[in-house]
Amino acid sequence: MTLHFKKESFRDDFTFSNSREAIRRFPFPFEKDEYMYSVNIEQHMPGPAKSPFEFPIDIDEHYVAEMHDRALVLKEDPGRCQSLPHMITAEWDLVELLMESMAKHYPEHFQLTRDGDAWHWINRPLGIDQRFTFGDTATLPHPPMEYITRQCQGDFALLDQRLGNLWMDSGMITGQADWSLDFDIGMNFMEWHAPVPLAKDMGVFERALKFLLNLQQGRPVRRLNWTMTINPRLDTSPENYDKWGRDRTTVTPENVGDKVHLRVELQAMWRLPRSNAIVFSIRAYMISMNELVTVPKWARRFHRVLRDVRGELAEYKGLSRYRDTTVAWLARYDDGAPTSPGFAPD
Amino acid sequence: MIEISQFDSRPTCGRLALDPRARTHLVAAEDEGVGAILDIFTGASDARSRAILLYAETGDRGAPRSDSLVGLGWAAFHPAASRSALLADLDGVLDAATMGTRLYAAGSESFVGAVIARAAGFGVVPQSVIAEKRGSLARRVQCVHCKHVAEAVTVSPYRCPGCGQSLLVRDHFSRRLSAFQGVRIDAEMPGDIPPAQELTR
Amino acid sequence: MSGVEIPVRVTEIEQATPTIRRFRLARTDGGTLPPFAAGSHVVVLMPADGRTIRNAYSLVDRAEDGSSYRIGVLRTQESRGGSRFMHENVVVGSELRITMPVNLFPLFLPGRRHLLVAGGIGITPIYAMAEALRRTGADYQIHYAVRGEAHGAFITELRERHGDRLRLYRNDRQEILAMSDILPNQPLGTHLYVCGPAGMIEAVLEEGRAAGWPAENLHSERFQAPPSGNPFSVRLARAGITCEVRCDQSLLEALEAAGVDAPFLCRGGACGQCAVDVCEADGELIHNDHYLTPAERAAGKKIMLCVSRLAGRELVLDL
Repeated sequence: MTLHFKKESFRDDFTFSNSREAIRRFPFPFEKDEYMYSVNIEQHMPGPAKSPFEFPIDIDEHYVAEMHDRALVLKEDPGRCQSLPHMITAEWDLVELLMESMAKHYPEHFQLTRDGDAWHWINRPLGIDQRFTFGDTATLPHPPMEYITRQCQGDFALLDQRLGNLWMDSGMITGQADWSLDFDIGMNFMEWHAPVPLAKDMGVFERALKFLLNLQQGRPVRRLNWTMTINPRLDTSPENYDKWGRDRTTVTPENVGDKVHLRVELQAMWRLPRSNAIVFSIRAYMISMNELVTVPKWARRFHRVLRDVRGELAEYKGLSRYRDTTVAWLARYDDGAPTSPGFAPD
Repeated sequence: MIEISQFDSRPTCGRLALDPRARTHLVAAEDEGVGAILDIFTGASDARSRAILLYAETGDRGAPRSDSLVGLGWAAFHPAASRSALLADLDGVLDAATMGTRLYAAGSESFVGAVIARAAGFGVVPQSVIAEKRGSLARRVQCVHCKHVAEAVTVSPYRCPGCGQSLLVRDHFSRRLSAFQGVRIDAEMPGDIPPAQELTR
Repeated sequence: MSGVEIPVRVTEIEQATPTIRRFRLARTDGGTLPPFAAGSHVVVLMPADGRTIRNAYSLVDRAEDGSSYRIGVLRTQESRGGSRFMHENVVVGSELRITMPVNLFPLFLPGRRHLLVAGGIGITPIYAMAEALRRTGADYQIHYAVRGEAHGAFITELRERHGDRLRLYRNDRQEILAMSDILPNQPLGTHLYVCGPAGMIEAVLEEGRAAGWPAENLHSERFQAPPSGNPFSVRLARAGITCEVRCDQSLLEALEAAGVDAPFLCRGGACGQCAVDVCEADGELIHNDHYLTPAERAAGKKIMLCVSRLAGRELVLDL
């Protein structure tokens, strides 16, 4: 599949937008006209052609621009990429997973040649041609996880499994929805989910943890999560909250369509072979309200979901300041007609 | 950003209890924390003879004086004049310690966190530390923006000594940093800063 | 529910000791087998007369080029068919199936020192763990108890790789693996891993606890073979299937024989994957697993299909 990579920005002038094809393939996360937490984990099986689920690792038209944005974030704050020393084997596992998947499914753009431990990696969109020894960190310009995640869309956390829990001991987190790797590194599954309201009381995390502890090699799983972002900003980190927080007060009835974005995270999890670690990938997709309402079913449904979402959740997701304005704007696109089941456009 | 009340990342510790099988009891206490230590060691002279006590007396809060602890038959007693002096002593003890040593920590939440984080650097599994919180409710807080760590924060919001912004103290706790998280409270509406409230739990 | 299965062919069999055979397994399609983390096992599916026997075996190692795995199989006295099948029916060229590796006995990677304690066939996961520690330059010791030199097919290889990090205890020379010699003077952050006969595991863990080691630093792997018992009948409330569990069969095996794709991972009572809700039981649940908490056992609402049974007539499950 040959992709055409856009030149666009996720900060300052915010030139990010989705092509018509990107809108059609957007992973709209609402199956019904209402939303509540659930352990919505399913097998990460190949999905329909051209969908974000077609391949295990999805590369799209925003690839080059996202990687550029990641480099800018890391330049300002190297602490967005951290790894505890015992995670080195997991880092190499991740190199293998990502390189193999990208090269297999996007051969026009990426190429991997393996001869034992002598590997040769070509990344054409980013102009990289690298020969290295698998397992030997000194043969790469960055540590293995940092090296490969500077070349792959999505945030990544590596979770070590011990004492019946998962420990976030490693990660590349530059496009996060308001959580800090620097603060959370070393926490276990229950600890880093602690700030999420309601779900804890519903036992969602206990069930999810139990499930993930038995996650098997070769059987990755995925789930969708969502939030909203004002302006198509990838880096909505708590570190920079003092810079982007004000954006939430800039929404007016006139600019909702441009400024307000639904942000969907495709979270996929794989058991890694050599380390027994789990990689937790968080791939973010953004769509402006103007783009969203080009799909009538999504416009109707999102209007209803956003209108009815519970107060604690709206507060946790940071929607409160602009929810009413956005719901009023979306109401124009909701004629009250029933929506068909499932995620897909009609 | 809002304060959520039910958190799991904040370590919950109950009361101290002696591990009867420990060969050595390594005990770190600060100020009022020593009360919890005395509660479990007072009637246990045999345990005291296998206990290394490190005690920091950092303020005049009515905590027992170090002098009153001296003659109780500890295997070793290391009084310290400050938390940092105690932690430096602790490094030395941990470095020489062997398996079979059980670590206890008692004092303010911030002290307990500091001891556990320090011991983790010597391979002690944090879940294996027996701890009890007593005394000051002051918290150690890391500013998520400038990363400055403020010791003994007693109110929220507080002014970050590093960047000068007003920070909300979230209940989110990092064991590695042994600190809570501080986040700018008026990021969305600059200048809209509610009055500071005492941290009461 | 059993996950990905890989067809393999036996390419080499070695009588490692009078009671242990080592098997080399390669993919029948000639492809490479996935790398695995030390401590992992696979379930081997054996085509016996009219039924499939499934046994979990720890992985010893993977060929450098990824072309094969080795497992070690002890011929047990009370074999329920699996180890006897491997010893008597499997020859070079035999075709079997295996599941993807699963690790229920992982190294505690941030540990500062690792003590590996093995008895007999328990060496198989320990062998892999020692190799992983050697490769990463970690601090480790191996303590390995064997009956005698003839029982130590792994000894030569271990000695080559680990030199004096290996301590051997030979029963025939009255050399005793005494934990009282091993446990003292270990630095903080030491982790102990034990695998071997059930009695040995219990004794080592108990000595560790008695020496004041925190539970977080003591690790073991026990594969409980499904104990036999009285026959009973099982009914699946949702599927509407009823079948009999023979005395030499586990609940899981009976369901599989009836064509039910029941969940499992370790088949040894350790992982919890096959825990199922109990609707009704007209007798006592015999819990043989290491997974359910005492409270869960007492509640009688869950049972692990792989090793547990009913002492009664009929068990109704939410399946």
